[in-house]
Formats: sequence, structure tokens, C-alpha cells
Amino acid sequence: MAPLVGTPVRRAEDLPLLTGSGRYVDDIVLPGMVTMVYVRSQVAHATLTSIDTAEACAMPGVLGVWTAADLPDLPCVRSVPTMERYPLAKDAVRFVGEPVAVVVATDRARAVDAAEKVDVDYEPLPVLTTIEEAMAPDAAPITPGQASNVVMEIPLTEDDAQAEIDRAPHVSRLHLVNQRLAPVPIEPIGCVADWSAKGATLWATVQAPHPIRNELCEKFGLSQQQLRVVAPDVGGAFGSKASFYPEYILTLELSRRLGRPVKYVETRSESMVAMTHGRAQTHDLCLAYDDEGKITALQVKIIQDCGAWPDLTGSGLPTLTSFMAGGCYKIPKIGASFRSVTTNTTPVAAYRGAGRPEAAYLIERLVDVAAADLGMDPAEFRRRNLIQPEEMPYATQFPIVVYDESDYPRLLEMLLEKLDYEGLRREQHERRGDPDAPLLGVGLSVFVEMAGFGPSAFFEQFGYVGGWESAKVRMNPDGSVLLGVGTSPHGQGHETIFAQITADELGGHPFDRIVVEHGDTAAIQEGIGTMGSRAVPVAGPAVQMASRRLRERLVEVAAHMLEAAVDDIELLDGVFAVKGVPGSSVALGDVALTAYKPHLLPPDGEVGLEFVSYHEPKNLSYPSGAHGCVVEIDRATGVVSVVRYVAVDDCGVVINPLLARGQVHGGVVQGIAQALLEEVVYGEGAQPVTSTLVDYSVPSAADMPDLETFHLEVPTTGNTLGAKGLGEAGATAAPQAVVNAVVDAVSHLGIRTLDMPLTPQKVWKALNPDLQEDA
Amino acid sequence: MRHDVELTVNGTPVTATVEARQLLVHLLREDLGLTGTHVGCDSSNCGACTVMLDGEAVKSCTVLTVAAAGASVLTIEGLATDEESLTPVQQGFRECHGLQCGYCTPGMVMAATSLLLDNPDPLPDQIRTGLQGNLCRCTGYQMIVESVRWAADNGGPGAVAHAERQGVSS
Amino acid sequence: MIPSPFSYVRARSVDHALDLLVEHGDEGKLLCGGHSLLPLMKLRLANPATLIDIRTLPELHGIRSDGDRLHIGAATRHRDLELDAAVVRRAPLLARAAETIGDPQIRARGTIGGSIVHGDPAADLPAALLALDATVTLRGPRGTREVALEDFFLDFWQTAIAPDEVLTTVTVPSNEDVPVSFVKFHQRAQDWAIVGVAALGGASPRVALVNMAATPWRARAVEQALADGADIAEAAALADVGTAPSTDLRADATYRRHLARVITERALAQVV
Repeated sequence: MAPLVGTPVRRAEDLPLLTGSGRYVDDIVLPGMVTMVYVRSQVAHATLTSIDTAEACAMPGVLGVWTAADLPDLPCVRSVPTMERYPLAKDAVRFVGEPVAVVVATDRARAVDAAEKVDVDYEPLPVLTTIEEAMAPDAAPITPGQASNVVMEIPLTEDDAQAEIDRAPHVSRLHLVNQRLAPVPIEPIGCVADWSAKGATLWATVQAPHPIRNELCEKFGLSQQQLRVVAPDVGGAFGSKASFYPEYILTLELSRRLGRPVKYVETRSESMVAMTHGRAQTHDLCLAYDDEGKITALQVKIIQDCGAWPDLTGSGLPTLTSFMAGGCYKIPKIGASFRSVTTNTTPVAAYRGAGRPEAAYLIERLVDVAAADLGMDPAEFRRRNLIQPEEMPYATQFPIVVYDESDYPRLLEMLLEKLDYEGLRREQHERRGDPDAPLLGVGLSVFVEMAGFGPSAFFEQFGYVGGWESAKVRMNPDGSVLLGVGTSPHGQGHETIFAQITADELGGHPFDRIVVEHGDTAAIQEGIGTMGSRAVPVAGPAVQMASRRLRERLVEVAAHMLEAAVDDIELLDGVFAVKGVPGSSVALGDVALTAYKPHLLPPDGEVGLEFVSYHEPKNLSYPSGAHGCVVEIDRATGVVSVVRYVAVDDCGVVINPLLARGQVHGGVVQGIAQALLEEVVYGEGAQPVTSTLVDYSVPSAADMPDLETFHLEVPTTGNTLGAKGLGEAGATAAPQAVVNAVVDAVSHLGIRTLDMPLTPQKVWKALNPDLQEDA
Repeated sequence: MRHDVELTVNGTPVTATVEARQLLVHLLREDLGLTGTHVGCDSSNCGACTVMLDGEAVKSCTVLTVAAAGASVLTIEGLATDEESLTPVQQGFRECHGLQCGYCTPGMVMAATSLLLDNPDPLPDQIRTGLQGNLCRCTGYQMIVESVRWAADNGGPGAVAHAERQGVSS
Repeated sequence: MIPSPFSYVRARSVDHALDLLVEHGDEGKLLCGGHSLLPLMKLRLANPATLIDIRTLPELHGIRSDGDRLHIGAATRHRDLELDAAVVRRAPLLARAAETIGDPQIRARGTIGGSIVHGDPAADLPAALLALDATVTLRGPRGTREVALEDFFLDFWQTAIAPDEVLTTVTVPSNEDVPVSFVKFHQRAQDWAIVGVAALGGASPRVALVNMAATPWRARAVEQALADGADIAEAAALADVGTAPSTDLRADATYRRHLARVITERALAQVV
């Protein structure tokens, strides 16, 4: 049988999901289960003067209504130290949607009816909706104990590169907004807590069950084996489910008090304000370069909107943005700094790419602007500055950031060839002369992103015990294989790709005789979870190593059975044979069974076939690529249409090209949606305006284009698979490909930059700057 | 006041006593334990709750159970019981990687099935338009379009869906 | 997600529905397709005490031709308008407007009657019906009356129907072989129109606009200009005359006015 790695194996996950037998949190029903619902703040910033729960408590089916005052000794949600968030608002509310009370009732309808009857009195406080308002000199700090709303101010480099900028022949300056987004996985947050005498179990929509378990045990004073955390089928996450939500604490505590399982599932309207948001950065940028377009320095000043409660995962975002700000370019000097600012809005945390799309956006927009300022073709400007393959691995200015092997110039050339770049430029030129023709623009995005999180010394600052990943492989006496991985997938196909790796390591083991399990802290060895595109580069080598050790033991047993030397044993398609001795062979099934029969084996061997491996990555990995977008703009309406989108990705060795294509597509569409459609909008008083899917513009199939995807496989030497990770690449690459294309289409009209989302109105107004506003 | 409602679900007669305000999706998920149909929003946008009602795709979150009295409902669980009986749409989604996390998938499959009943040979743009009531955040849609196109080439919506559509018109 | 509690009764006939409307007064609301009302109720923005279900009443179903008019039952679904042979042939503007509404699942439940009485100027069918010079039949305790659609829409979500009346039929003059165009400008396929235009060609073209005022809007300045011999561009430039477009998340009044002119020109190019 040919190796499975590198082939489009159809997914092991699909059958239950296609037939309606998936099991998501809201599908879980337990005897005696009751439902928890929040009462949420309708105002963005106020003192809580009183909460009257009497009427609600008396409603039919209600088991209780609790406020922070009723639950005074709860642990805090995972928080940035000195800014600890209590699970229910204490004394004050800081964003619309912040939980103020919880109602538990026999079913959801009863709970919602009762929640409406909770009477909350607020004393308004000044509302700070934007980072500008929050940083104003007279703005009061939202977080008690903080001197201002600038809760972090960190220069990441020794100096800010101002000297290099001051003496450069050319400087291009740019202010960019990377707008606030909502991740909107189709399944919102939910959990079921069951605290019984035997121990506690929490089923939850989490990306990292083991870390959540460890944190909850610490918070509740439990030993780690007393709490079981299970991520069942999880309906997408994109980083939002890596954060720690107050309901994990509340459902457990209330289950403990009530002696019954407690379920909580948020509605979409709730999710739009309660699930963490993404991006929300502004950038002030300077790029210094010489007459030939060679970059000499880059200055990056980031302001990160944290929302009302800085999220621990979210607090790391601008650091990652700073680390990746140089992109694929050789930049002699980078000066990077950031400020994190609290506002009376939903907390901001990881969203597909988590800090790295922001970096790719800023540098790729800046390079395009610099090329335009200098009068140079943007592809040429990039060519002159790209890190060359012979310079890789490439140590950037940041000690932790060493790009692994890739070929950025070749990625760019592949992209330009597939785009027919020269042809596009000719057509663009022709169209500019024809006032009836739609404007044509082409945008490039050469990107690198940070994946494979990560070396433990680095990753533990995000709150994890380490950045390794684990795999345990067990072969049953009948030769079937159970593989337990510490990752926790939510659509990525781990049950397929890891089985492919194991199948190959075992010399062509039947794919359907390998079952992959995950997401249950009681059944799976310690793990870290799924985020930061780490499954393939970090868990993959662990799977490989554990499988190898299994194979070695099988070979030992087979050698004994065949009375041959271990080095003379070959394994192929389930048969162990002795090299050069035809007829001397034994089936894998027999070998597996024998491994459990110590009386048939040398006395010094171990019984059984179970091996655990932990892989500690020595480095992060750096998938890269070159994406290009061709747009047409309807001059009369400002509508931007994506005519072509070409993606050339280097994620190293591709484990499954079918799944890889799906990952690229999903990320690219999210990136195009950021460029053209999506934005979380707050109105007066930090009231959410985009609070349903009517107003928050997640696209459908009818709104998105076809995509052309290609791969350049440059293996990394960073792990034994040669794979770099892929999950976040599309979201990292796409927004600037689209924006660069739009700005390119209108650059002849003197437009230098436009901020996302590039709605028809925004584009039309940029094309018609002289029109008077209607009275 | 509760209402006695009779309807057919996946070919089986069902009687339920429900509040007037109960949404059909909650009858399916909570009273009948058919949790394959999912809830993804509260504004009738996402389509994760799509089922076939009297042979046509509808959003079961925007239909009252009491208003569905006498109707025939087909859910994802009614399409196939095992791997051997998967409909071409289900097979297409597997063959062409039309699902990742699977949460939008039941609704997407039901909408695609209804689409193929309306138009057995749709162009890719017609598939995209026909699925505009179903949101997916994972796939980026193109492989869903390919899945539906595969189904069109390999048997279409399948016998169960045809029977459901015809059962209504007869 | 879960509406407030309410009572539900299925009307046995239109007369029965009328009795129920009187009985329940302000607290009773008619339920037909439910796709305007239920979304509001699920977010508890509307909390009627009683829903009177008229969806299955035979008196409200059916599409009947009589010579030069089409009579469409109020409970006719958008999907039926898309697919019905008589509508497609004799009132294609209606079919074109219907096929842009929401998505296929919405169209399988939403009804023409429900869309009209909801009185939302951003809805698609009312503008098409306005351009077609449609009338509606209202039945109530005081008898049955015909109201021209141009007299039916009064203000945002306010129509001429009395609280104790039921809209039973929509009557549309037949326009076989007359070119039509319905242009809906929106960002996403599922979205309401930012601005839309319904145009009917023929000897005296008619134009109506979606979402340019508090009600669906007949663009009489455009029609008059064409009647006076103006070319398409000149006529379309008057599309926003008299309108009062709003400013919201999607677009401001300035952009809406501009769009109205642009898409009116594009629609006229198809029908004139």
C-alpha cells in the first residue's frame, strides 16, 4: 500500500457528522439537568446600585437566581494579573453584555422568562467606546487600581528606529486600522457541568481541555484527577474558544450547590457580545528605504483595544504582531512598541491568526504604499527586499523569531506567473482609459506567519503549562490501533491526518483500523490543545514518534517469532518478513497478539503495546506564501468584486491535500470577509450595533468567489515531518491581498489608502471625494 | 395552555403536547431527541436548523411546532441510517470535503438536497445562490459547491428526498 | 431565541379570523408565514398575547387569472410567486422581485400578504406591486374593500389595513410580454435592499423604489420625464426626487440617493 501522508484520504470524522449523530454540547442531556441563563448588562459602564431577584425567584420552574453578592467566594476568570475578572459583575459593569446575574430553571424557556424579571438598577458612568476616548487625558480608568486605560505600554525593541528613519532618503508613513471582528463560529459557547459525589465533569466548547481542567482544579481546590473536562464535537472556534469564560466556573459551582447537572448555551445575540472579539488594532507606521527601494528601517506603533477586561490570551496579541512586523523582508532595523488600552467593550482575544494577520497586513500594506510613493512596481519592490532562501533559517531581530526554511522569491514568482501579472497590468492600463469599464486592480500579499506554538519557555506565558504536545498509541491484541492525541480539534480533521501518519509508520496499516481519540482529560494523556496552527508541527512528530516506538516493539516481537535479528525484519502492509528469506513471515495480527503473551517472549521484554511520546518543539514554525487578488470596481456604485484569488502556500510537507485545501479556503474567505464585509460596530454609549447576523456581515456562498490554491512544499528541518502548519495562513494572507488590489485599482486617482471593510459606500465616497453631503 | 400536535417526522407519526411558543427546531431536538438539526443564530440567518417541511427546505427555528401540525418533516437523521444508505449529497460532502466542524452540515445538506430537487443540474453559481441561506465559517464554501455538484452528477437528492417532495404534491 | 408565552388559535375561516381579531383586539396578531413576525418575537421585540393562524385557509390560497388580471391569495408564498407559471408569464416583475427575497428557506414560508401588511419600505414585493398598480382586497366587519397599493402604505410599518381586517387577495393587472427589471442593491445575498428598483416597461413605463422613503416609493418624476420624452439617463437622474432615504449601518442618505439614480438607469436600460 502506498503511503497515506500526502494523499487526499477522505475523513474518518465525516459519517457521524453527515448523519446527524455528532454530539455537540447542546446535544448533551443528563438526568435531572437544569438550564442556566444570564442576566446581562444593557449598559456599557455603570455602577450596580441594586439587583432585585425576588420576582424572578418566584417564577415557575426556577431553582434559584444568584448575583455576585450571592456567590462571594468564586474564583476569578483567567485574567491578566492585577486585572482579575469576577465571573459575575461586582459593583460595576464594564461592557454591554457583561453577566450580572444567573438564573437556573428546569428548562430554557422558564429560565429566560425569569431572567426578564430580574430588576437591575444602574448608575451610569462615563462610557469610553473607542481607544481615542479611553486615552484622553481626562478619561477615568475602567479597571480599578490602574492608573489609566493604557494598561500595558511596552517597547519591544531597544530603540524605536527613529534615528534610521530620520536619516533615510525616503520614508513612507501610514496609519492603518485593523478593525474589530467577531469570530462567529456557527456553534456559540456552551457547557454542561455535572458535579457529583464521584467527581466533577465539564463538557465544554473548548480548544484546550487539559489546560482548562488544570485551571479549574486550581480555582476550585480540586486535584487534577477529580475533574474531567470533555470537548465533545465542537462547532468551530477560530481562537475564541481558547479563552476562559465565566460560565465554566458558574455552571460547576451551581451544579455543586444544586446537586444537578447544569447546562449553559448562549444565543447568537449573546455570543456577539460575550464571545471574545478579534483584531481591533491600530498601527502608526514608518518605512524607511533608499532610492533603489531597499528597506533600511521599519517603525511600528501598535495600539491594541483590549475591551473591558484584558484577556490573558488577548494580551499577547500585540507582542506577536510586533515580532512578525517585518514579514518576509530583510529589514536591518525594526523599532516596535505597543500600548494596550481598555474600553467599555467586549474583551478582545485570539481570532484566526491572533496577532499575526495584523502584522502581515501592516507590512504588506506599507510595502505597497512605499512602492507607490517611490513609483516602483509593487512586485519589484518586494523582490528587492525579500529574504533569500540561502539566508534561511533566518534570524530576525527578535531572538525568539527564527524563520524556518522557505523560498519567498519563488513563492512570489509562482504567484505572478499564475496571475499573469504582466497581462493584468496591461489590461489595467487599457481600462483606465475607458470610463465605462470597471476599474481593475491587482493586490499582492507575500506573507509569513508564526505557527507550531511552541517552545514551552515561550508558550507558558500564555497560561499553558508548556507548548509540547502528546500522543499515545496503543495496539490492541487484534492489531487495531487506538491513538490518543492531546490536541482538541474542532473541524481540522485530526482523526484523519494523525491516522495517516500512524498508518505510514506502521508500514501501511489499514486506515480504518486506526481510531483517533481526543478531547477528554479522563481518557487522554496530558495535552495542550489546538490553537496557533500547532497540531501538525507539534502533535504530528509526537504521533510519529509514538508510532515508531510501537513499530520497533512489534519488530522485536516479530524478530523473536521468526528467530531473526531485528535489523533483518521488514514490515510491509501488515506482514513482517525476514529480508532475503522468502516464506519466513508472520502477520501483524499474530505479532500483536503475541506481544500480550509474555510466556511466548523473552523474559526481559515488557507486556503490551502502548507508547506515549511528548514532542517539545525547539522552535516555532513559519508557514508562508504569496497570495494575489484581482478585483473589479464598479465605478458607479463602488462595489468591489473579487474576480480572481490565487493562493500559493508553503506549509512544508502537506499531510492531506484535501484537508489542506479546506484550511486555505476557510481562512482566505474569512480574510476576504474582513476586507470587504465584516466589522463589529459600537454606537453611542458603546451600545453594540452589529449584534445579530442580520447586521454583522458573515458571508454566504453567494457572496464569496472561487479560489485557486497551489502549494510549494519546502520542508522545514524543525520537525521530523517537515510540516509547518496551515490553519491560519489564509486569514493571515487575504485581507491585504484584497485591500492592496482595491487601492491599486484606484491609485491613479490619487487614493493612497483605504481602511477595511471596503464597503461599496466607502469605496464610492473615496472615488467621489468632492460630493456634498445631503442636507 | 398546551397544544396537542400531530405530524410526521422522518416517516414516523409523532404526537406531542407543546407550548404554542415552541419552535419546531426545539420539538425536534428536545422532545424527539433528533439533535442532528442545530441552532446557530436567533435571527433566521444561519440556516443550521434547515429541515425539509412538506418536501421543501425551511428554517425550523422560524416555524412554530403548532403551525407544523399535519406536516411531514424530514431531518438529517431521516436521510440515511448508515454508511451504505448515504444519499448522494451526503456522499458528495464526504468525497469533496464539504464539511470541517460539521455544525452547519446537517442544515447545509438539507438545503442542498432541496436545491437539487428544484434544479437537478445546477451551475456552480446557482449552487452558491441556492445555499445563500446557510452560513459556514469553516470551509469557505467552494468545496461545498463541489460536493453538491458531485451529488448532481452521482444520483442527485436521493430517493428519500424525492419521496418527501412527491408525497406532498400527490 | 424563545418568544414570550402566547396563546395560539388556528382560524377556521376568514370570518372566524375576523371574529378572533375583534375578540383579542390589540393583543391579537395574525400569523401567516411568520417570517416577519416570529423573528421579532424570538428577540422579544414583539410580544402579542395571541396569534391567530391564517396560513392554511383555502380562501387565502390560489392564483387565479381572469382575462386581464391575476388574483393572488394573500397566503401565497414567495416561492410560489417565483415558480407559478401564470405569475411568471403575466406578472414577471413580481416573480423577479420574489426570487430576491432572503433565501430559499425564507421564500418557502414568507407570504405576499405578510410582506405587504408588515409595511416595511425595505421589502421587495411592495415596490414591485406598486409599479404594477396592484390593489389589495381587505375584508372586515364593515365589509370588503379594494385599496390601491399606492394608497395602502402610510408610513414606516404603518398601512391602511385596520386592526380588525384581513388582507385576502392581491390583484395585479396582467402585463404579459412587457419587459421588466428588478434591481436589488445589497452587500450580501441575504441582506435587505440598501436600495432597490422595480421597473415595468411598455407604453408608459413605471418605476418604484425600495428603501428610499418611509414607504415603498413610486418614482413619478422618472415616469413623467420618460413620458415627456427624456432619455433614460435624464429620467433616471430624477429617481430620488421627493424621496427621504435614511442613514443606517449600511449606507447614508447621500449614497442612497446616488444609488437610486444609478440602478434606476440600469433598470430602465432593460425595459425601455
